[in-house]
Amino acid sequence: MTDAAQPGMTEGARASEARAQDAAQTGPMLAADGTPLKKSLGRALRRQKLRALALIAPLLLFVLVTFIAPIADMLFRSVENEIVRNTLPATVEVLADWDAEAGDLPNEAVYRALFFDLFLASEAKEHTKLGSRLNYENAGMSSMFRTSGRRMDDIGEPFKNVLEDIDPVWDDAAHWHALMSGAAGDTRDTRLLRTTVVGLEALESQSYTLDIGFSPSARVSALLPQTAAAYTTFAAFTALVDEDDPAEEEPWEAVHAALAIDLADADVRSAIESYTGPGADALKAVAQAAFPPLDFKAAIIDTNEDWGDQENWRVIQTYAPPYTSGYFLNAVDSQKTPDGPALRDEDERIYGLLFKRTMFMSLTIMVSCILLGYPIAWLLANLPMRSANLLLILVLLPFWTSLLVRTSAWKIMLQQQGVINDTLVWLGLVGDGSRLVMINNQFGTIVAMTHILLPFMILPLYSVMKTIPPTYLRAAKSLGATNWTAFWRVYFPQSVPGIGAGSILVFILSIGYYITPEIVGGTTGTFISNRIAYHISSSLNWGLAAALGTILLVVVLLLYWAYDKIVGIDNVKLGG
Amino acid sequence: MSAVLTPIERKPMSFTLPVVAAAGAFAGLFVGTAQGSTLLGIIVGGALLAGLAYVAVNMLSAQERMARWGIVALMALAGFAFAGLPGLVVGGLFGWFFSWFIYWVGEGRYRAHLAPYLTPGQVLWHYTFRVICGAILVFLITPILVVIPLSFNAENFFTFTPEMLRFDPAGYSLKHYRDFFGSSDWQQAMRNSLSIAPVATLLSVGFGTLAAIGLSQPHVPFRRAIMAILISPMIVPLIISAAGMYFFYSRIGLQGTYLGVVLAHAALGIPFVIITVTATLVGFDNSLTRAAANMGANPVTTFFRVQMPLILPGVISGGLFAFITSFDEVVVVLFVGSAGQKTLPWQMFIGLREQISPTILAVATILVAISITLLTVVEILRRRSERMRGMSPG
Repeated sequence: MTDAAQPGMTEGARASEARAQDAAQTGPMLAADGTPLKKSLGRALRRQKLRALALIAPLLLFVLVTFIAPIADMLFRSVENEIVRNTLPATVEVLADWDAEAGDLPNEAVYRALFFDLFLASEAKEHTKLGSRLNYENAGMSSMFRTSGRRMDDIGEPFKNVLEDIDPVWDDAAHWHALMSGAAGDTRDTRLLRTTVVGLEALESQSYTLDIGFSPSARVSALLPQTAAAYTTFAAFTALVDEDDPAEEEPWEAVHAALAIDLADADVRSAIESYTGPGADALKAVAQAAFPPLDFKAAIIDTNEDWGDQENWRVIQTYAPPYTSGYFLNAVDSQKTPDGPALRDEDERIYGLLFKRTMFMSLTIMVSCILLGYPIAWLLANLPMRSANLLLILVLLPFWTSLLVRTSAWKIMLQQQGVINDTLVWLGLVGDGSRLVMINNQFGTIVAMTHILLPFMILPLYSVMKTIPPTYLRAAKSLGATNWTAFWRVYFPQSVPGIGAGSILVFILSIGYYITPEIVGGTTGTFISNRIAYHISSSLNWGLAAALGTILLVVVLLLYWAYDKIVGIDNVKLGG
Repeated sequence: MSAVLTPIERKPMSFTLPVVAAAGAFAGLFVGTAQGSTLLGIIVGGALLAGLAYVAVNMLSAQERMARWGIVALMALAGFAFAGLPGLVVGGLFGWFFSWFIYWVGEGRYRAHLAPYLTPGQVLWHYTFRVICGAILVFLITPILVVIPLSFNAENFFTFTPEMLRFDPAGYSLKHYRDFFGSSDWQQAMRNSLSIAPVATLLSVGFGTLAAIGLSQPHVPFRRAIMAILISPMIVPLIISAAGMYFFYSRIGLQGTYLGVVLAHAALGIPFVIITVTATLVGFDNSLTRAAANMGANPVTTFFRVQMPLILPGVISGGLFAFITSFDEVVVVLFVGSAGQKTLPWQMFIGLREQISPTILAVATILVAISITLLTVVEILRRRSERMRGMSPG
């Protein structure tokens, strides 16, 4: 550029100018638009990456929401254990100080807290859920919660009667509402209200507003702390769950009992004398009332004697934390004991057996698939293209046929009145009376699943064997190897990657099978997945189902990782 | 078959007769047992076949075609005499096989396509191996084939009735098909399947194709991790996916809804789309899109006019995989769906587990027909795609 602009320059001057320019350009190389090339390339690369990510992002999000989130939820459920804390919040707090080793039952405070917790839980019908949850850990706890929950009203009843006998106004919803709301100018105990509603949210797994048509007076809640808490709980439940007006509903017996507890305190009694809010007169009238003894311990044990069993309290204390390893311990046939996790009794260990059986059957299926798949893959790889393609269709047809069609076909074939037995009887190989039992046992599952998974072994084997030149075998033989040596020393080692790929694939698929074992497996031919399905849909022990599923998932992911290392997920081929 | 490798010659009778007699004795074993006398069956079978072989190879080798038809007719008649119409068919098949077998052994034809240097032991192993493979292929295909004739059973049995074996037209009927098309349960299930699968397929193909194109770009950060996540629905056992989806979808109110089932099925179909489409894109020549851009096409036009037609076979076969995944899926729909989303496989599953009814066989036959159609389409597409990308035709 500069050359043309300065036509008068001598040759030598031009050369030195060019050199000077070169020297000036030792800086970064520039792209067409003047930015340094490195930066420009970096930007282009970044843009390319962003574009690729933008194309992938929608799907990634979709899979994360529809698939990965559910899996994460399952993992969470396998350790989640908030039900004890949510249902018996106060009890759990007081019980934390109890020493399970000391050999005494928990003290009266624990039983008192239990009374209020269980009262609310039984109104909300949540106590039976907690009962079934704890029943997994210690049989019998389900009925303990069920029967006691029903009888909480009876424990509060005597206190209510005493109050009513003195003044029927204690039966009146409006009186209670006015008493607890205090005077119009009182400050409000919003902290009590908020903790009560939060507790209810946890119990009901719902979210609520703080607007319950009632707001405890701070003065009253300072005067009668237990009563204020019990009434607020009642009011919140009535307004939020029952969707009624607490000012029109008669309070629960628990509120009367709470008042009796408050009035048992001499300080409270003397403070009442100087109280001047709404309902103060009625309150003064009952301040000196003779209530039945406040022995909640005896009363609760009377509803169900299991509450007097230390073991049950120990279980509640053990499972109080919001997260637990209990489901996992259960899944490996263990349980929590005072001395840490320990194996269950010999006759109660079912999951170890089930995992072992799942492993054993998956391995058997895998080996059968290798034994049956290897000759077919060899044949396909060594036949001329046209015949190989024809035979390949015989392999692909089962691969493409509905799983249920194949399973039902096996059910029909293997039944005692089925095709195979009929043929055997017709041929006279088996007597009519001694038909073979081939279904609803391990044999049935193994045969049907070998058939179903065989294409997954043949296809990878075939694609590996296709790449092994047949000349290697001929060379080995011409060098004097026998058929067997040539195969074993030359051909087989080259086909091992195919065996590896096929085996892992078959093993991964079979270990999590559900439908086929469910239909042809009976009781002895079922897998761990059948147990998971049972816990989800029949026994409703979701935590245990999630823990079993997590263990299975870990095994599968390990195998998946191995598969990725050996074969690479990019190399998964479908349909040959 | 390949060309003749070894010149063949007639085998001595001392070889032919024992081999054919052994085969005859083996067949006689079954016929004899079925008729009540095993020993007699073996002896008669062996002697009969040895005699036939002697006559056929020694005296009638010039009129081979006629001799073979003669053997077929003879066996068929004998079968008819024993057991009527089914006997005729079985006898005819026996005759067809043995007439071929006699000449195949007697004239030494079995040697023709094998290398001349093989020892007799190796020849024997070669054919034994073929027989083993044949047995395995029978194992693979029989269960599916057995279902088809049984679906025409006139009775509510899951096995061949004597009428069917006698080829009595009264033993066959379209009863189970009528049940299928007449039952509101099955029809509702069919409608549900057909309303869930296509939508799920559209979702997986739409998202999947875009992502596959993204994944095939030269520079993708975290490619391996992304790929692992996207393929995982295929690897994670269905029962675990089903359990997780059941828990999670009931939290967000999708459990038991049509949308929930469609989303779940779309997630399960995605790996298949990703795998087939990325496989198609492996051979894709990126200079084509650059050329299109060079000539002024915007990215959208380039995609639809240049890239899409080339990868279409892959996209369609991925879509078919996704469709069949959803159409066949039962575990997830069992948990995520409710009675309103009862699909065909679900109905079959109930049928198999509880009130077992032969209508299932008719449904199974229809499903087999559908899968054969899909298989054919996928195979054609795969070959077409390989041809278009200039790879060797499969």
